[in-house]
Amino acid sequence: MTREPVWQPSASQAALKSRAQQLAFVRGFFAQRGVLEVETPVLGRCGVTDVNLDGIHAQVTAGSRTGGWLQTSPEYHMKRLLAAGFGSIYQVSRVFRNGERGRRHNPEFSMLEWYRTGFDDVALMDEVSDLVCGWLGCQRPVVIQYRDALARWAGIDPFAATDRELMRRCEQWLEPEQLSDLGRDGCLDLLMSFAVEPHLGRDKPVFITGYPASQASLARVSLSQGYETAHRFELYIDGLELCNGYWELTDPEEQKLRFEADNQQRRRSGKPEMALDDAFLAALEQGLPECSGVALGLDRLLMLKLGVRDISEVLAFPFERA
Amino acid sequence: MASYSTNEFRSGLKVLLDGDPCIMLENEFVKPGKGQAFNRVKLRNLMTNRVWERTFKSGESLEAADVVEQDMEYLYTDGEFWHFMLTDGSFEQYAADAKAVGDTVKWLKEQDVYTVTLYNGSPLSVTPPNFVELEVVDTDPGMKGDTAQGGSKPATLSTGAVVNVPLFITIGEVLKVDTRSGEYVSRVKSS
Repeated sequence: MTREPVWQPSASQAALKSRAQQLAFVRGFFAQRGVLEVETPVLGRCGVTDVNLDGIHAQVTAGSRTGGWLQTSPEYHMKRLLAAGFGSIYQVSRVFRNGERGRRHNPEFSMLEWYRTGFDDVALMDEVSDLVCGWLGCQRPVVIQYRDALARWAGIDPFAATDRELMRRCEQWLEPEQLSDLGRDGCLDLLMSFAVEPHLGRDKPVFITGYPASQASLARVSLSQGYETAHRFELYIDGLELCNGYWELTDPEEQKLRFEADNQQRRRSGKPEMALDDAFLAALEQGLPECSGVALGLDRLLMLKLGVRDISEVLAFPFERA
Repeated sequence: MASYSTNEFRSGLKVLLDGDPCIMLENEFVKPGKGQAFNRVKLRNLMTNRVWERTFKSGESLEAADVVEQDMEYLYTDGEFWHFMLTDGSFEQYAADAKAVGDTVKWLKEQDVYTVTLYNGSPLSVTPPNFVELEVVDTDPGMKGDTAQGGSKPATLSTGAVVNVPLFITIGEVLKVDTRSGEYVSRVKSS
């Protein structure tokens, strides 16, 4: 189907002014706290193994190298700076995720990512609140355990429920044959998206923490109430997922195992395996300082600031117009 | 037949679902940052007109439905079928049954052009233009002094449709009617 090209921006001038103010606010916030702004490559040699993140492959030929990936987040490069002893750092960067487009998604978006050496997840959640509430003028978030949120809004215990019980709970949305290869975490993601998320942060912002260890990604895991939970947190405001943070895993062996487990999962779901980022793993070998880090979607933060429902209203040119 | 994967989903897409042709009305992409992506889709079943809500995992696909909309001139009815002809000069004819014609039957006037939706080459539905011009074949006599304001009465049109019209309308006049609301719009000046 051919469509007339649209040259006009989808965001108003007022929205783009607010975007510029937001950026100035963010830079002022970190300057005041002595956190160094850095820039790392948008185009990297490696992608990520995350099963649910699809990078965009780039056809680059330069120097003695070919190939490359547009980064899904600046995480690995920033952690290499941490391993090199740069201390607390932040970055505002464009990141890329293939296949993601909707009211809350654009395949290219603006991410604010920062790392605080010596912070645990609780201390960083406090700083996230300072930043977000300072800009939006909202109430400080309450903290709800992942387990309690699933119990309250999806009526299921994400740790104790059997696979069968989880699948049955998901039949409200998917046919049994669609569920057969979804897996435990896929079921939990479905319940999180459709049953829980719409309720999160309606009255005041909500931090969800204590994710199942299988969803730890790059967070460290510890035992809580008899279950292995990840020191990972997400902030929700008005049903919108705003950021994802970890008390960072520093163990290179554990990290490598998780990457390999990701690739196994990729194989099972027919996705291409991804090469492990050996430079990142080498940096972990050298030693990542104790730190916490978080990635926050700046386009969504601006959506909340302006009270708009569609990300197109805060982007000069969303993908269809780019 | 082609198929559409979730990242090609958009409103207006015609797909087969449970064997029936459907048109996609809404498509919402839902994905937790680190989690599985889903598409929440609203579709109207073109056979039953019922609206369905379905969820798909990212990467799933739906078969495309062979549904096309074409402009056709209404020719005549033989009592069982309503016959239409393509306006593209091919003179190709299609016969629509009562189910396909549905409520549009009350707006069908010979030589007028309608949108006929074909599914696998057969008429699935017939949509009238937003406005049609039809002659009044029966209504109570007009009343003097009631020319401009107030009051209405039923009038039967040449197709059998009954619409409410102002009291001054008389038999033999041609009226412009909005087919979406079934309401009288104006008189049509005879040339």
